[in-house]
Amino acid sequence: MNSLKVLFDRDTWQEIFGSISKNKTRTVITVIGVLWGIFIYIALSGAAKGLDNGFERQFENIAMNSMFIWAQRTSIPYEGFKIGRRIDLKITDIEKLKQRVPEIQYIAPRNAKGVFGGAAPTVTRNNKSSNYNVYGDYPVYTKIATKKIYEKGRFINDEDIRLNRKVCVIGERTQKELFKKDEEPVGQYVRIDNIYFQVIGVHKYVPGGGFESDGDIFIPFTTFRKLYNTGNNVDWFTIAAFDDVDVVAVEKEIKQTLKKIHTVAPEDERAIGGFNLGEVFNKIVGFSKGMTLLSLIVGIATIIAGVIGIGNILLISVKERTKELGVRRALGATPSEVRNQIVLESVFLTTIAGIMGIVLGALVLFGINMFTQDMTDFPYTNPTVPIPFVLSALFIMVFLGTLIGLIPAQRAVSIKPIDALREE
Amino acid sequence: MIKIQNLHKSYKMGNSSLHVLKGINFNVEEGELVAIMGSSGSGKSTLLNILGMLDNADEGDYILDNVPIKNLNETKAAKYRNQFLGFVFQSFNLINYKTALENVSLPLYYQGVSRKERQESALNYLEKVGLKDWATHLPSELSGGQKQRVAIARAMASQPKVLLADEPTGALDTKTSYEVMELIQQINEEGKTILVVTHELDIAKMCKRVVTLKDGVIVKDEKIDQILASKHV
Repeated sequence: MNSLKVLFDRDTWQEIFGSISKNKTRTVITVIGVLWGIFIYIALSGAAKGLDNGFERQFENIAMNSMFIWAQRTSIPYEGFKIGRRIDLKITDIEKLKQRVPEIQYIAPRNAKGVFGGAAPTVTRNNKSSNYNVYGDYPVYTKIATKKIYEKGRFINDEDIRLNRKVCVIGERTQKELFKKDEEPVGQYVRIDNIYFQVIGVHKYVPGGGFESDGDIFIPFTTFRKLYNTGNNVDWFTIAAFDDVDVVAVEKEIKQTLKKIHTVAPEDERAIGGFNLGEVFNKIVGFSKGMTLLSLIVGIATIIAGVIGIGNILLISVKERTKELGVRRALGATPSEVRNQIVLESVFLTTIAGIMGIVLGALVLFGINMFTQDMTDFPYTNPTVPIPFVLSALFIMVFLGTLIGLIPAQRAVSIKPIDALREE
Repeated sequence: MIKIQNLHKSYKMGNSSLHVLKGINFNVEEGELVAIMGSSGSGKSTLLNILGMLDNADEGDYILDNVPIKNLNETKAAKYRNQFLGFVFQSFNLINYKTALENVSLPLYYQGVSRKERQESALNYLEKVGLKDWATHLPSELSGGQKQRVAIARAMASQPKVLLADEPTGALDTKTSYEVMELIQQINEEGKTILVVTHELDIAKMCKRVVTLKDGVIVKDEKIDQILASKHV
């Protein structure tokens, strides 16, 4: 109760402010120590968060726990089949996979022309023509990898699949190259390998989505199949597992199931290929978690170093002020009043330094953000420090400031006033 | 006002102990101006420290304004010092980063007096010592005599029962010394009890009573005819 009164007494602060502001060099040196600590803490944890956000943005248009599965030639002879047999994934594999691997949430078969070898189809409109990669897709694909479609347009839907409609979603670049600037492409026709397709949408290109580009054309899977006579063959599956499953295990299970379906030796590593985005993503998440932890440890350690610096300097200052403190006590200052003053000086300095450090750190983060905003391929977005982090840092500082201030305060009151006065 | 009986004090110096005060008996009535004289090592400063509650006696009684001063902890001693005593030191002991006014109001701060009253009262005492115009100056901007007058104003500010001055003129030249003594005499005339420790005879002669210490005992205690400092100035 009494100490609280002291805390809110204007005179207390006048005394503290007086002694702090009249010893400017000491104050500045002290403040810099803690300021630096909290600055490092804020800048580091903000940067780590920025990196975290940046990675998340890089993967935002594709499900985190997704993978690509494709077929290659066998590397082991099996059940009378020779080595090097070519395996083709079939559209019928989907049902079997869904049955045997319940962890699969979405599975989208895909065929492509011009992506992995082979000439990209020629796409013509009026007298303009160019070559673009063409994909045969199911609507479910957008559940795994988000496709942003510009206004007025849409992605392929179930009706397109059912009726083998000759419709297509074109890319931004395709639009730019085949259409005039103010022309509305939706509803217009383009010729893909001499077959007319109606444009139903333009997709916005988002960087970081693997091998896709801003010129890609998506058509219904069933139309693709007819157009290029691919039958039941599927170039690859894009598969998304449920959120809480082990994606590495799911990938293994899927591969084993496919090997069984296509009569491939279970130990054949080459026949079924795969790229596990979830695994990569988990590694990145682990990395950025490590970064956050590291920045937390480094930051707090620096803060502690700074606070110890404050204690050190206050200790020296108490020695310097021995006589002053002796005079104060001769004039009637009780030991607890002297102790309070020293501790409050410590806390006040720490807090001021901390706030300055936070502001400085925030400014630096803001600067970095401004600087990296236009760099889309640099994984660094919106570096922020969560408020609880900031508050806990402040709390730690006040706490440590009190603790460390107690050492010089105790020293100050342990000297008898008579000895303090005798000191020259 | 002050009653001292059979006061003993010794200091430990390594293995041997130094017996500084060997049974002091003396009383001071209200309104007295007492000089405590003696060569260095006679125990006069030790006596003053005990009177000022800055040091504890080993043996004997000390009663200040009917309050026995014994077994004080630091907090209580601080309260009593603040309440009963005003200190004037040889080296002034002003706080160098505080203005004259702030220095004078410091004991009032520790008494818990409100800010406004503190300022008013401190300014009053500064006026009394003739330094009202110097209120906002730092000690480094004042002369030695001015500093000691600020220190006296500070000692008076808490309205103590007794003013204890330890060699108040020790760091001053003769002319300034007499000016300071004139101020002390003037305060004494207003009824304040004052004890002055000094080893200068001319300063002692400006008091009303001289107590001489030698080797830890009082060898002489006599009332004298006070010489007014104003006659020298």
